[in-house]
Amino acid sequence: MQELSAELIRKKYLRDEMWPSIFCNGCGIGNVLDYTLRAIEELNLDLDEIVFVSGIGCSSRLPGYINADGLHTTHGRAIAFATGVKAVNPDLKVIVFTGDGDCAAIGGNHFIHAIRRNVDITVIMVNNFIYGMTGGQLAPTTPIGSRSTTSPYGNIEPPFDLCELAKVIGAPYVARWTVSHPYRPIKSIKRGIEKKGFAYIELLTPCPTAYGRRNRLGDIKELWKWYDENTILIEEYERIMKYGSDEEKERASKMIKIGVFQDIEKPEYFEEYYKLIDRLKEGGK
Amino acid sequence: MRYKRDPDLIRKVIGRKVQFVMGDTACVYGSLLAGCSFFAGYPITPASEIAEEMSRLLPRVGGVYIQMEDEIGSISAVIGASWAGAKSMTATSGPGFSLMMENYGYAIMSETPCVIVNVQRVGPSTGQPTRGAQGDMMQARWGTHGDVEALVLAPSTVQECFDLTIEAFNLTERYRHPVCVMMDGEIGHLREKVVIPDEDEMKIVDRVVADKDDDFLPFDVSKKTGRKVPDFPTFGKGFKVHVTGLTHDTRGLPATDSQEEHEKLIKRIVSKIADDRDKLTMVEKVHLDDAETAFVTYGASARATEAAVERARKEGKKVGMLRLKLVWPFPIKEIRKLADQVEKIIVPEMNLGQIVHPVREYAEGKCEVISAPKVGGEMHTVEEVYRYIEG
Amino acid sequence: MKKEIRICGFGGQGIILAGFIIGKAASVFMDYNAVQYQSYGPEARGGAARSEVIISDKKITYPRVTDVDLLIAMSQDAYDKYGDDVSDKTITIIDPDLVNGEGKKGKLFKIRAQHIAERLGNKIVANIAMIGAATAISGFLDPEAVKKAIEDTVPERFKDLNLEAFEEGFKAGKDAVRGKLPA
Repeated sequence: MQELSAELIRKKYLRDEMWPSIFCNGCGIGNVLDYTLRAIEELNLDLDEIVFVSGIGCSSRLPGYINADGLHTTHGRAIAFATGVKAVNPDLKVIVFTGDGDCAAIGGNHFIHAIRRNVDITVIMVNNFIYGMTGGQLAPTTPIGSRSTTSPYGNIEPPFDLCELAKVIGAPYVARWTVSHPYRPIKSIKRGIEKKGFAYIELLTPCPTAYGRRNRLGDIKELWKWYDENTILIEEYERIMKYGSDEEKERASKMIKIGVFQDIEKPEYFEEYYKLIDRLKEGGK
Repeated sequence: MRYKRDPDLIRKVIGRKVQFVMGDTACVYGSLLAGCSFFAGYPITPASEIAEEMSRLLPRVGGVYIQMEDEIGSISAVIGASWAGAKSMTATSGPGFSLMMENYGYAIMSETPCVIVNVQRVGPSTGQPTRGAQGDMMQARWGTHGDVEALVLAPSTVQECFDLTIEAFNLTERYRHPVCVMMDGEIGHLREKVVIPDEDEMKIVDRVVADKDDDFLPFDVSKKTGRKVPDFPTFGKGFKVHVTGLTHDTRGLPATDSQEEHEKLIKRIVSKIADDRDKLTMVEKVHLDDAETAFVTYGASARATEAAVERARKEGKKVGMLRLKLVWPFPIKEIRKLADQVEKIIVPEMNLGQIVHPVREYAEGKCEVISAPKVGGEMHTVEEVYRYIEG
Repeated sequence: MKKEIRICGFGGQGIILAGFIIGKAASVFMDYNAVQYQSYGPEARGGAARSEVIISDKKITYPRVTDVDLLIAMSQDAYDKYGDDVSDKTITIIDPDLVNGEGKKGKLFKIRAQHIAERLGNKIVANIAMIGAATAISGFLDPEAVKKAIEDTVPERFKDLNLEAFEEGFKAGKDAVRGKLPA
């Protein structure tokens, strides 16, 4: 993988005619794309066997750049569209790109029910704490105190932790990383694609334009530093909660957990459904 | 795609050739024989029987039924399934139809074949859930935002719930445009005789699948047929097609800043239907030849209307009926012709007057056009319709 | 030939099923046209239920019963509520154990359908006994077609019970036509 240069990735996986991209300087969505394609390369997958599905928002523009079948749908609905694709052709790998607004707000219902059913799709959620494409409005993931165009005095809504949600509903694979460190996201995306069942990979991704600028994190270096200072590995978090001082516990509880939240095996919905079809074919009830 | 249409198996699963079933069930039978292999839906009265029958029968013919978390999810899954190659369908009633409006537009914009059945009930809002109505006829035409055409069918009998569902699949596959089957609670829950045609009596249309050549453009006039309907590049076949609800060029790539691209795209999408208006028109004419008064109606309203026409004829009155089986695109030519012929057109509908508006528009003042509304979850009685003849 | 039939009773008596079987017999096994519909809603849970059938050798346009040829009533409530639209030509069949049916227009027959069903060991087939009686009394339903419709509709394990109920009801109907009082 290390030998795969950006130029090679571009040639092999991307649509020439789509450049330049719509993404701002310092945006981390390009990293998400890069990591996803490197994971696909490492898994040696054929792009013709993958369908990329997305909703609405900056992250949802990603399928447009990849030279593969892509379904850029309506706001919040990517997972429901992906469910239909997977139902009809379970041999396809289905990867969903979604954002925090798309997935946690308007698409929340599809998210939880696809997990409940355990549909075999890989959801890569780009969490930039904000509605970037529409100019920086409050998202369900915006940290308390953050300013957005619709929380001009600082956000007072508690943010949503989708990893915890996905874990509780029973998603077989759940992980969160920051895009500031490439290897762990790539590894998780690989694992997610290989996982039979619903895989959720959340990537904290900087949006200097719509989020950073209003929150004294306009400089990309500041944002990446913020990630380092405000995230904590799950294992470390658990150690502190067990053995740490009150002060350490207080500090850790305010941080965003990163790491692999869940990695389990369970029956996949359409595998079960096609078993049902076979059973009925043999005259079963 | 794992499903393959197996007519013998489908017929075995459906059962005997002549049956006494509800409109909802007949709609399911039609969809199965049309080759539907994916259904996503959400329970709602009076359309739930469609989901129930689908959940029972679709897996038996090798297709997939899924009960989604809501109607938005249902139509989303249906569109996704269509791109994976399936003939796909959802069924709902007014409240769910309202929720589907955004993705109805997405299906139009992305030229995705799919069938939406609306077993109409009394609205607005929750209204009278168990009572039939025809209040969503304009919504099917204008309910999604932006400039669109519409392909909308309206069955009047249980047999037509079967026949027109097959027609809906044929149209949606032929035009790559979503088709609405506007049933209503009265016909949906009415039981009548259905005769299942033999395989050689049926016409089944499949979408024109694209060839993989180098200069294939997924959103352009078809090179294969010359029609304004692009050939279909099924997912997973190496077409590398990008599907989006954004204004896109012939390659499918976003072209949101181009007035020219948008106009070109939307005019093609609208005109692929509108150009074929006369060819698409499906009407039934009852005693129209010498009529001086004519009813124009559709769906359940046609039942009492036809009885009123028969009664008037027995009494020597020159009354006829033009029944629209395909309501949209609107049969402009038929209405113009009728307005030239008769003195009065009466439009019975189970709403406060919807289709009367295009009738009036295309009658162009050449005859009187009267609305005969009925609301509240009851069909017009024969007497109520009859009274409009005298004035 | 056009006949309008109304069957009413309380929810749980199989009123809807009775209408369905008559419609099926006429349309699938007698080559008539038929329509059937029902009250839908709270009636399914114990209130007055109504099922209506029209059968005809011609196209049936308006699918609503307005001029009843055959009225079957299996509860007092339902009879009071749905016992209208009758005329001199109407044949009314009531279960005298459940309905007090004096004073309406047309001809009245009394069939102890629930009693017949209880005698056969299951109250649930009272509706089928009533169909048997209606077949005998009305004369426009082919008993063989109705039996086929019953066989085609009821679960396999209840087939014999239902056919028996039909036969017993049919006999009671014949007796009623001959003027024999219900036992």
